[in-house]
Amino acid sequence: MKIDDLEQMESEDLSTLSSAERRRFLKIGLAVTGMYLGGSILSLISVKNAHAAGVVPEAGTYPYNPHYSMVLREHLCIDCERCKEACVKTNHVPSYGFRTTILEKRRSLGEDKSETIFVPVLCNHCNRPPCVRVCPTTATWKDEKTGIVVMDPSRCIGCKTCMAACPYNARYFKEETRAVDKCDFCLQSRLSKGETNPACVEACPADVRVFGNLADPKSRVFQLVHAPDTMVWVLRPETGAVPNVFYINS
Amino acid sequence: MKGNSAATTSAPSNMAAANKLMWLSLFFILIGVSGAVYAQMVGHHHAFANTREMPWGMLIGVYAYFAIISTGLCVLAAFSHAFGGNQMAPLANRMVWLSIISLLGAFMVIGLEIENPWRMPLGVILYPNVTSNIWWMGTLYGMAVGVMFLELLLILTKRYKLAIFLGVIAAITEALANSNLGAVFASLQARPFWYGSQLPVFFLACAVLSGAAAIVIFTYFSHILQKRPMDEHTFRGLQTAGKIMVLMTFLVTLATLWKFINASVSNQELALAADSLLKGPLAINFWVFEIGIGLILPGLLLVITRLKSIHVLSAAALMILVGQFFSRFNMVVSGEIVPFDYEYVGVPQYLSYTPSIAEYLLVIAGLGVVGFGFVIGERFFDETFHAGSH
Repeated sequence: MKIDDLEQMESEDLSTLSSAERRRFLKIGLAVTGMYLGGSILSLISVKNAHAAGVVPEAGTYPYNPHYSMVLREHLCIDCERCKEACVKTNHVPSYGFRTTILEKRRSLGEDKSETIFVPVLCNHCNRPPCVRVCPTTATWKDEKTGIVVMDPSRCIGCKTCMAACPYNARYFKEETRAVDKCDFCLQSRLSKGETNPACVEACPADVRVFGNLADPKSRVFQLVHAPDTMVWVLRPETGAVPNVFYINS
Repeated sequence: MKGNSAATTSAPSNMAAANKLMWLSLFFILIGVSGAVYAQMVGHHHAFANTREMPWGMLIGVYAYFAIISTGLCVLAAFSHAFGGNQMAPLANRMVWLSIISLLGAFMVIGLEIENPWRMPLGVILYPNVTSNIWWMGTLYGMAVGVMFLELLLILTKRYKLAIFLGVIAAITEALANSNLGAVFASLQARPFWYGSQLPVFFLACAVLSGAAAIVIFTYFSHILQKRPMDEHTFRGLQTAGKIMVLMTFLVTLATLWKFINASVSNQELALAADSLLKGPLAINFWVFEIGIGLILPGLLLVITRLKSIHVLSAAALMILVGQFFSRFNMVVSGEIVPFDYEYVGVPQYLSYTPSIAEYLLVIAGLGVVGFGFVIGERFFDETFHAGSH
């Protein structure tokens, strides 16, 4: 094509656009932006309505019934690790992973003396579980009946975002199932088969771990966390996950 | 550079060099994929240096690195195409192609990094989670690459009006995908050094910086490969990219400064994470590569030489891209380096992480995809790239 021919062609540059056409284009751009933004904002909405005036929800505001939870009577733990052994055996936990473990902290008592406190940890089955929010394929969710955070290994793509998101280091990747594995309060291995307690609770000789339905005022867990003059705390409350594993000393 | 800016004679392209680069890129892809196959066979927990406590490592950083470059190129291309008026228009067609191949490099790395990539395509469609930033990021980046391919097709067939429209759609999609990538980290309250509203915007700032650097370096490589003297329009376009680099190195440095000031007045966990970069295990990565080579030095070089030398422009662009690579690595690792239970007995203050050979091989696969794409672009779309503005 020669220069002369080119000069006679209709220009396609921006000066040929009419004002109406520009406006229409802008509207489409805004609509597309709005649609995407709407979706992005959705991603910030919490998974479940959660209630938490303090670390223990007010009686009657538990989202589930049974609302399974665990109370750990921290100072009674002697680190015998029978809970860990029972968990490994019951849930086929490989040697490189754990669903529950026991941490150790040291507190100074002054004059070169200190006390050692053992802290059992496990999945906190949070009311606002960050792991559930971030999973791209809904491979993990809050069980609608019990509030237990469960996994479907066949949906897990192994992106490990749930592991990054969990404030409690409660998840690990299990090579055998090619999926992230975690504590499910023994829902699959025991509760669904009529047992009333997870294996770790059953195995504990010091009655450290108390399991039950927080929505039932007659349950032991309810009575422990609502007892007068009792200090109740949770781990990492600042993350806003609203955990269902409570710690007490009494 | 101005010395040859008026030259118009075309020299024969360096086909031998292009061939070499193509085979080298394919070799990179081959050894990278071999590394991934090895990792699958022995298990990622053996092949990669990641652990339960540090589930993400260099590969997540490299994925973000390529994805962020892609966003920058796509956004800058859309601005050049749609608004005109800036001198980068002659570079815009190449930017679209480079954006596509950078994103394909990112997909290659993340596809090989995750444990079960075969569950992903159906999983994200059959079991979507609209509260997941990963889901949005993947969906939007997936859409963006499709839209950009269409845009490229329209550019090649000279249907420019619709191409501009698709370019804007792609840029919006990429920008939102990019900020969702930021939110993947920034919405995790369990990781205080990531958490907050800074990261999604910081990622976009890094995208503009990396995109400007990428178009400079690839245009420079192209002219070496094609043995073609640089024309004045192209050089002016690169100078505009240079101005963007100056501005963005300043802004990114400022944003980095505020992140550390903010961390220093926060709790101990944040302070420890910041210290891991300032004087801890990541200090050399941070001071030498991310800050020195990646931001300060190129910024100063560009200002001192007043953007007059193509060689300095290209060197600065290369430095910025190296710095951004380290920046992504540092961002990922520093967010996880302080263990949750660092105050307990027997738990170290910092977790250790050194990438494994298999991880490096996967990075090479990503580089191979970008290198291969670059050569393909030079071979088949050279006329379109060189045709300049539309």
